[in-house]
Amino acid sequence: MSMTSTALHDLGVAQLAQALRERRVSAVEAAQHFLARAQAHQNLGAYVAVNADATLAQARAQDAAIAAGTAGPLAGVPIAHKDIFVTRGFPSTAGSKMLAGYQSPFDATVVTRLADAGAVTLGKLNCDEFAMGSANENSAVAPVGFEAPAPVRNPWDTDRIPGGSSGGSAVAVAARLAPAVTGTDTGGSIRQPASFCGITGIKPTYGRASRYGMIAFASSLDQAGPMARSAEDCALLLSAMCGPDPDRDSTSLDMPAEDFGRTLNDSLDGLRIGIPAEFFGEGLAPGVRAAVDAALKEYEKLGAKLVPISLPRTELSIPVYYIIAPAEASSNLSRFDGVKFGHRAKDYADLVDMYKKTRSQGFGDEVKRRIMIGTYVLSHGYYDAYYLQAQKIRRMIADDFQAAFRQCDLIAGPVAPTVAWKLGEHGSDPLADYLADIFTLPASLAGLPGMSVPAGFGEGGMPVGLQLIGNYFGEGRLLNAAHRLQQATDFHLRQPGGL
Amino acid sequence: MALTSQDIARIANLARLELSENESERMLAQLNGFFGIVEKMRAVDTAGLTPLAHPVAAIQDVPLRLRDDVASEPDQREANQKSAPAVERGLFLVPKVIE
Repeated sequence: MSMTSTALHDLGVAQLAQALRERRVSAVEAAQHFLARAQAHQNLGAYVAVNADATLAQARAQDAAIAAGTAGPLAGVPIAHKDIFVTRGFPSTAGSKMLAGYQSPFDATVVTRLADAGAVTLGKLNCDEFAMGSANENSAVAPVGFEAPAPVRNPWDTDRIPGGSSGGSAVAVAARLAPAVTGTDTGGSIRQPASFCGITGIKPTYGRASRYGMIAFASSLDQAGPMARSAEDCALLLSAMCGPDPDRDSTSLDMPAEDFGRTLNDSLDGLRIGIPAEFFGEGLAPGVRAAVDAALKEYEKLGAKLVPISLPRTELSIPVYYIIAPAEASSNLSRFDGVKFGHRAKDYADLVDMYKKTRSQGFGDEVKRRIMIGTYVLSHGYYDAYYLQAQKIRRMIADDFQAAFRQCDLIAGPVAPTVAWKLGEHGSDPLADYLADIFTLPASLAGLPGMSVPAGFGEGGMPVGLQLIGNYFGEGRLLNAAHRLQQATDFHLRQPGGL
Repeated sequence: MALTSQDIARIANLARLELSENESERMLAQLNGFFGIVEKMRAVDTAGLTPLAHPVAAIQDVPLRLRDDVASEPDQREANQKSAPAVERGLFLVPKVIE
């Protein structure tokens, strides 16, 4: 039986992998189908690089593996990578002019692990420059089909932002230009765009997925994770992505790879879900609140108990995060000096002038702002008052979570205070974006696993995500809770019109 | 405590950034706006707390790992230098540093 090509992009990863294994569709056909869709919908600005030759070569290799009976669990499943992961065969730019056209000599560990599982790379996805942003409005790279940088558009309303920094990733899944993708989350960059685009995304415990080959933003916060339509699909990718990488990432945890899908169907009877009062205060849009409340009611129907808890330093997580992340970024981005790779200014007087001109031309406004903040808080006389103080409050925030987890098994609340806003709405006020990160930052600072699960629609008919936060290494429990919700609701199956 | 335009110039120099006059002015206003929200953080009593670097260290020891100091990678100089702005005979070229 041959599958009609119109049905291919409606399949989830699990179904598509099965169809490929049963040879009802070939890896080459699947890759061609999604490449054609990506091209047909390039107005959304999701992809920044495709290379059909490289993709089809990978697909042919997977068809051979399937025929030979040596196929991995994701054999022939087409995916795409956030352009923060370095890849051979596609440029790796981190959304920056600094790395325009950069060809990496190696693959990120996450890319290698997914390829080993059989996944085929469709291309690279747009993101905020060096993953710094909450709207994907900070990309300096022209999307495929464009001559100049262009906004990434939310497929639910193309006048709105997709969220960020993994905006291209979220759009690719929501518009069905890829069945699943990778993203990275430093302060919410998987969860928030997943929420804004109505898809499912999970950030694992810090240290679960290797950071090797993930262009560094804030090393003590950066984590890779999958984004897909369902929790079941996320579990398949996450199982392939996680695992120790002791020789290449010094912060990678010594924990074996795990099948996160094995507990998907566990009962939620008696599950205690903590509801932090601080996530439901003033400033939460009524439409977001209504969708979140409705999802929590579903959980009660599934046997869970809601427990009021407190995360008293939620508001403090904004300054703490926006000290720590820029501090680490200013250090990580010092490597861009125009010597070993990337952009170099054309005219300069001497070495220091070359550094300055190269960096001033190569970095965009938001990146410069964060380098400035980071440099300042790490400078002599300010280090203790800012950076060290932030790292101490970070411990208090992590301790608050441990106190909460004595009363509950999971924590639930909104991902963001509002739905996706209009393109350009926050104008040139970076603080407006920073403040909107309030609900994702606490779990980031504590290094806890967190996810966004489609929970309905709010203001303007835009998607709303329910945030679930687990304790350390609780990814299986999170995905289980998300999967059970998705068995009872169909928000994750809804798709934007016009596609 | 507000930053001044002299502070911006000093920090930009440390960060090896060259900011135009317009950029400096904008940066000054934006950074002062930002440090407005940071003030709340400075008032928190953190006496006796150890800073948290690896977040999982909040619940368990995370030993710092060191790799054995042995060469384990093949020579990939050519591939690694492919994206360098200026290379000659396998060396990275920079402007003259010593007269």
